[in-house]
Amino acid sequence: MTTTIIKTTTKILAPLILVFGSYIILHGHLTPGGGFQGGAVFASGLALLIVANKYDAVKSLFEKAPLSVFESIGALGFLGMACLGFAGYTFFKNIIANSGFPLFGGKTPTGINPGYLNTGGTLPYMNIFVGIKVLAGLTSIVLVFFLIMRRERDEW
Amino acid sequence: MRTSLGLLAFIGFTLFLLAAMISIRPFGEPPHREMDDWFITHAQIEASANNVVTSIVFDYRGFDTLGEATVLFTAVSGVLMVLRRKEGTKK
Repeated sequence: MTTTIIKTTTKILAPLILVFGSYIILHGHLTPGGGFQGGAVFASGLALLIVANKYDAVKSLFEKAPLSVFESIGALGFLGMACLGFAGYTFFKNIIANSGFPLFGGKTPTGINPGYLNTGGTLPYMNIFVGIKVLAGLTSIVLVFFLIMRRERDEW
Repeated sequence: MRTSLGLLAFIGFTLFLLAAMISIRPFGEPPHREMDDWFITHAQIEASANNVVTSIVFDYRGFDTLGEATVLFTAVSGVLMVLRRKEGTKK
């Protein structure tokens, strides 16, 4: 039911929820959370947007979004980051950590520190891939439910 | 017959749970803590992450996360396969 209350609340809350989900995904190696949790938060924001809009608007908005492609990219990217460990080590070996690689390859000081974003090795990559995968999967499930429900209500 | 058997099983199971509850270790004192200490002291050096939980989930026990991701992938493809329509519905 898209009442005025839901529409107004969505206008205020949806951007905040999407930004918070991205923050949880990107800072997964520093703060509580990670790919799964951030992806679920992001997908809940998208679900709010889906519920608050009309059938045609949602359909035209998600017609172009390749959700199944995102899902596959997430799964294959996660597996590929795990397979990077085969370069001299074992499966799931964190080879980018502390290696000086420009992206996420910095050194983490031991002990208590404020948390530097440019650390973590393969963990942030895996967080991002898993986040993409989870948000695409949950959003496509909500979208299919929404479209079928709306279709059958229109057919009555 | 069935009632008495059920009562017997109920009493036996309750006694077993009570015995297990009495013999449980106090909170915060696990019997083995070598692996916990290893994670706490080495996670920042080996996995280079402040969040030890993430370093366990994605590095030390990556296989578990791989299985979780596969489960989610299977669930999503199953739902889309069952609920998909010929035209109109976004895949």
